[in-house]
Amino acid sequence: MQGPPSAPVILGIAAGGGAINGADTAWMLVATGLVLLMTPALAFFYGGLVRSKSVLNTMMMSFASIGAVGIAWAVAGYSLAFAGGNRWIGGGAHVFLNGVGLEPRGSIPHVLFMAYQGTFAIITAALISGAIVERMRFGPYLSFIVLWALVVYAPVAHWVWGGGWLARLGALDFAGGTVVHVNAGVGALVAALLLGPRKDYGRQALLPHSVPFVLLGSSLLWFGWFGFNGGSALGANASAALAFVNTLLAPMSTLVVWMLLDLARAGKATAVGAATGIVVGLVAITPAAGFVSPMSALAMGAIAALPSYYAIQWRSRTRLDDSLDVCAAHGLGGAVGALLTGVFAARAWGGTDGLLSGNPAQLARQAAAVLATAIYSAAGTFVLLKLLGLVAPLRAGRKEEGVGMDVPQHGEEAYTSGEGAILVMPDHAQPKDLRTEGRS
Amino acid sequence: MKLIVAIVRPEKLNDVLEALYKEEVRGLTITRARGHGGELESVETYRGTTVKMDLVDKVRLDIGVSEPFIERTVQAIMRSGRTGEVGDGKIFVLPVQKVYRIRTGEEDIEAVTPLA
Repeated sequence: MQGPPSAPVILGIAAGGGAINGADTAWMLVATGLVLLMTPALAFFYGGLVRSKSVLNTMMMSFASIGAVGIAWAVAGYSLAFAGGNRWIGGGAHVFLNGVGLEPRGSIPHVLFMAYQGTFAIITAALISGAIVERMRFGPYLSFIVLWALVVYAPVAHWVWGGGWLARLGALDFAGGTVVHVNAGVGALVAALLLGPRKDYGRQALLPHSVPFVLLGSSLLWFGWFGFNGGSALGANASAALAFVNTLLAPMSTLVVWMLLDLARAGKATAVGAATGIVVGLVAITPAAGFVSPMSALAMGAIAALPSYYAIQWRSRTRLDDSLDVCAAHGLGGAVGALLTGVFAARAWGGTDGLLSGNPAQLARQAAAVLATAIYSAAGTFVLLKLLGLVAPLRAGRKEEGVGMDVPQHGEEAYTSGEGAILVMPDHAQPKDLRTEGRS
Repeated sequence: MKLIVAIVRPEKLNDVLEALYKEEVRGLTITRARGHGGELESVETYRGTTVKMDLVDKVRLDIGVSEPFIERTVQAIMRSGRTGEVGDGKIFVLPVQKVYRIRTGEEDIEAVTPLA
């Protein structure tokens, strides 16, 4: 519960007022670094899943978000999400980080709270890129994620964590099952539908070019996720410890169930499947991390494997080229996690009682949060991409798609041998000699 | 018997293989290659280093065929490998003195005839 002033205060995390606590500040400094690491981790996860001729473009889509969305967050996004305002959107009080200083927000410095939340905006926008890899032009992509972070992410973050209507409704979202994962997953689905499939999709096998990258990415994502979920307690306290442990346990059971499903389907447990299972487990426990018992976390991880696993199997047989299954892993995983939060949450562990503790109404609140986020994200993403499409073409040409995005969009190759590369001197002093030399 | 050597764009390889399959050309070898056929160089930059990529990724196909297959193999590659822009590649048809199939010791026509 990322501590809006008007939200229910849980486990003694005072929001607003109070003094800065050294231990809380120390943990949140580390957690902010951990969450930032998740975006480069995502770059490796996504980069390994695409073909080698587009790996740099795919990884840059995540890396660039750190810069582009990070600046947008400081300039306006933070204010739109967390500066008072009404139940729908924050106000303008913190635009350009006005009034964001060293004073306490909760028990940590306000600037640190702002930075921590910024790392969430960055990765949420970057998650969408998995749906449009190997075909979206880089410039329009950058414009899109900046606008998306301001127009779609910031309001939804405000609804849940900034004291907006979902917080007042009592919907639980510890670290972003709806705000981050349903939001990005649905945005990804709409983006994939609007951009259309890659030209070779369904005609040729489009295989991951580096499965070790995928495993590396998923392991760094898991590591960073301890900051994502553990840090969402906004302090070094029991709630953070519970979120940390649940972040450890839930993906373990998702991983095991995923391997069993792989074994049952084809007789072999796959590495890409294992990496995917870990991410789905992390997504599913995100909304529940500080609200459910560790045994519930194990159960949630196991249950969450099933819908995402079968959604991915089904999706790859359709014309829907959500290339890296952002919607199946994050949208569906986040929705299942948010709903299961309404089932497993327990007052004894820091949540509001859920269905299993005799409060079915919580499940309805969770469903409302998922539905509202999905509808808003779909509408917002659709409008933004349609508007951007009027200004500039969103897709690269067929030829660029054929040779891969790296050279046309970035002027680089990921795995170049240097053969046939002729040095271009800055002053063009001896182009003729240079040419002969280069060819020898 | 001829040895058909074709240099094609890597992004057209799948189309070429599909066309050859439809023409019932079964035995072939491919090699990743780099070459230059007069197409425009692409410029790449790595920190302060700017380079013109003078050699472009290509794929080389080696196909040993008997007389009746020569024309259909060449036409299939020509049709499927073409984009119309400089850099689509070349097809060379070379005479072959002798062919052996290692497994059976079959020679010449038998050696390049796919198994039924």
